[in-house]
Amino acid sequence: MNQLLEVDNLKINLETQSGTVQAVRGVSLKLAPKQILAVVGESGSGKSMTVKGILKLLPKTGGIVGGKILFEGKDITDYSVKQMRSINGSEMSMIFQDPMTSLNPTMTIGKQISEVLREHTKMNAKQRRARAVELLNLVGISYPEKRYSQYPHQLSGGMRQRVVIAIALACNPKVLIADEPTTALDVTIQAQILDLMRSLQEKFGTAIILITHNLGVVANIAQNVSVMYGGMIVESGTVEEIFYDAKHPYTLGLLASIPNVDEKDKELNIIPGTPPDLIDPPKGCPFSSRCPRAMEVCHQYAPEKTMVSGTHWLSCWLMDPRADKQHGGDRA
Amino acid sequence: MQSGPISDELFRPSVKNKEELEHISRPNLTAFQDGWLRLSKNKGSVCSLILLILLVILALAGPHLTQFTYYGTDYNATYQAPSMLHWFGTDKFGRDQWARVWYGTRISLLIAVVAAALDLIVGVSYGAVSALFGGKVDAVMQRFIEILVGIPNLIFVILLMMLMPASVWTLILAMSISGWVNMARLVRAEILKLKNQEFVLAARVLGTSDRDIIRKHMIPNTIGVIVINTMFTIPSAIFTEAFLSFIGIGLQEPKASLGVLINSGFQVINSHVYLLLIPAAVIVLIMVCFSILGDGMRDAFDPRMRN
Amino acid sequence: MNRYILKRLVYLAVTLLVITTLTFFLMHSLPGTPFDEDKISRLSAAQQQQIYASYGLDKPLYIQFFRYLTNMFKGDFGTSTLYLGMPVSRIVLNRILPSALIGFQAVLFGVVIGLVLGIIAAYRHNTSMDYMTMIISVLGISIPNFVVAALLQYFLGFKLGWFPVAYWESYANSILPSLALSFGVIAQIARFIRTEMLSVLQQDYILMAQSKGLSPAKILVKHALRNSILPVVTILGSIVVNLLTGSLAVESIYSVPGIGSLFVDTIKANDYSTILGLTVFYSAFYVVVILIIDILYCLIDPRIRLASAKE
Repeated sequence: MNQLLEVDNLKINLETQSGTVQAVRGVSLKLAPKQILAVVGESGSGKSMTVKGILKLLPKTGGIVGGKILFEGKDITDYSVKQMRSINGSEMSMIFQDPMTSLNPTMTIGKQISEVLREHTKMNAKQRRARAVELLNLVGISYPEKRYSQYPHQLSGGMRQRVVIAIALACNPKVLIADEPTTALDVTIQAQILDLMRSLQEKFGTAIILITHNLGVVANIAQNVSVMYGGMIVESGTVEEIFYDAKHPYTLGLLASIPNVDEKDKELNIIPGTPPDLIDPPKGCPFSSRCPRAMEVCHQYAPEKTMVSGTHWLSCWLMDPRADKQHGGDRA
Repeated sequence: MQSGPISDELFRPSVKNKEELEHISRPNLTAFQDGWLRLSKNKGSVCSLILLILLVILALAGPHLTQFTYYGTDYNATYQAPSMLHWFGTDKFGRDQWARVWYGTRISLLIAVVAAALDLIVGVSYGAVSALFGGKVDAVMQRFIEILVGIPNLIFVILLMMLMPASVWTLILAMSISGWVNMARLVRAEILKLKNQEFVLAARVLGTSDRDIIRKHMIPNTIGVIVINTMFTIPSAIFTEAFLSFIGIGLQEPKASLGVLINSGFQVINSHVYLLLIPAAVIVLIMVCFSILGDGMRDAFDPRMRN
Repeated sequence: MNRYILKRLVYLAVTLLVITTLTFFLMHSLPGTPFDEDKISRLSAAQQQQIYASYGLDKPLYIQFFRYLTNMFKGDFGTSTLYLGMPVSRIVLNRILPSALIGFQAVLFGVVIGLVLGIIAAYRHNTSMDYMTMIISVLGISIPNFVVAALLQYFLGFKLGWFPVAYWESYANSILPSLALSFGVIAQIARFIRTEMLSVLQQDYILMAQSKGLSPAKILVKHALRNSILPVVTILGSIVVNLLTGSLAVESIYSVPGIGSLFVDTIKANDYSTILGLTVFYSAFYVVVILIIDILYCLIDPRIRLASAKE
């Protein structure tokens, strides 16, 4: 398949006071045109760092130390910040987690939208204004003319996230990266924002990487899912494969922890334990210390990638034929 | 599939207990230990602390290291440059500058520390009462503070010093009369914030007595603000003392304080500049050390500075 | 907003009244008279009485106070005893210009240099430029302004002879005092801007601006600068206070005929009416400046208005 964006074995390190954090430890992703890919994982799993690495938005203390990033076949791994400027905002754009902080508080909404148009298009001031108002309308903001000259603090959280989406879509990018776009919002607003993103995706055919820690929101919107843990992707497949045929114990744990209204009296399923310390990552499978089905080998050796189907793969020792013997083939 | 060095033996389930799962991989430090650890890693703060301790030792012991006293005059040995006999030279009355500088440092530090302590006691009590009682008490106390805030501090201290005979204690008193306001405001704000915080509400819901809430939640959580603010009051009191003495309404000769010494050094700046430079260097050193240490402590202990 | 200003104006009036009252009674409870004891004791009782009467010192204190208050509203602050017979208001007016010039130059110089240093330090965080700015700001905040003034006078004026050492004869006389005063301003501004800017540079909206593909220069000017400079308003108050107190020492050191040196001179001479007038003048200046800063604060950043309304 012709890929729009390909990330191959990406590694990112962050320098901190306590030591070097290996935030991303060999992540591979593939995004086809018009596709929605969900990257799921808990906080600290490296999902935000991965996408920030793609857009070269890493903090000064962080850097890509290995792997490749291909955008439309071009290798952009070593692009300088200057080279990335022609891609950022026009071909790839990003939506951030907290709309309360991702808009400049001292600049009007309209200016923040037209700023990106000014950077990447040849529109004049009048055209930019018209386009900005059109965008505000498109993302479902009422009275766009009035909102154009308002400041972010005059808008609610949900509205602000709509503005952020408008900014991200201003130049019709090919790839939209949404970093937990609904986490900071009220539950009722979350659904609206996701609906908006899906309808805009259908309208413009933008490919989306949706980062979330909530597997529940993924089912309705994404076609493909990659599950991240401890700086690595542990399982990846289509939505159907992940929801109905997940094999990695971590994915199974995530699925089990989605609350189900039908089973009121049952205790909530949790995954006991805490994520690994990525300053000194475990040498085996990162999940081994919390895994209910861990074997001795899991603590000592990193599992290899196992293909389940053309689209579904995972990294887990349970897929090794020798594990079958011990467990007596009790795999689901 | 990888094979080779991995033996089949390894493919048996590994047993582990639940406690191990909830084990947190990095040691858990209390806020105070954490802050102390951060402070001890801050080279500037550690150096400042060591220098300050040295200066305090010199202020206490310095005058006794020489055979001269800070007040003994010798008209045969006026304006002597620093030498083996008079380490910092002598002034217009032939008094030994080494003894005078360290005696003056002692007086300046004494004034600053006592004034800061008074500010702390009055400010913390005022702020705490205002915040804990709330309602009308708070309203009245705040109106009073709002008026005080409008008064330019130093002008007020100057007026008080004109009224009272200049001595160490009147200096302290004059500075403390208006100096506590800032501390009171900080403590009040901090307690008000804590009062509405969830862990305090939780403690209240659980039936913890007011005394225990103050003892276990309020005090430990406001102590940082209080200590940090004190670290900034001390140098500002040193400055105020020196300033008053410099413009001629603080301590008077033959008493010595850093301000008095700088003032008399300034009188002869063109002929005997060492009389100005040495006490000026000491006061600058003290102020810089307090400033760096204060900044370090704020960074280390203020939870809001953590990221 | 209007209600807020009205409330503040009431406070302002009450504060000024309190200060005037306090100062008045403090001054009049001082032992001795504002006159040279030697000279006045040589006069006859009738002559003494006449002098006291001409300054209104023969009436009961409360009557003197009310007369002072009513005269004050007419702009009459009594007459000086140090500068015999001169109305206090005229002395003060005569002295404003040098102080204003020095203060203005110090602020201008301090703000410009402070801003540049602070911005560079934050933008080049953890480089030698940053460390140098930190050192300058720690020194500037820690070294008492009268020490700075004395050292500048000694080295730049006396030793190198670049600037006149003292007095008020030409524009060149204003340079050293302005420099001495600006040192603290540079330090305060540089330090504040550096901290502000460092925190702004970590905000999501800076990341957002980067993700828009804007140039680093545009991000710095349009997103980082504006958001870091606005809060400087919050420290303007303490800068003004430092300038006020600084001017007392600095003007005395350089013999500048300004308000600050006047205050120091009259304090040494027990000139009640001038001290009283100057205290009222200083306090009025101070409270008005604080009020203006607070209003500015509300106008400049609508977020602050919202936040303070919530409290």
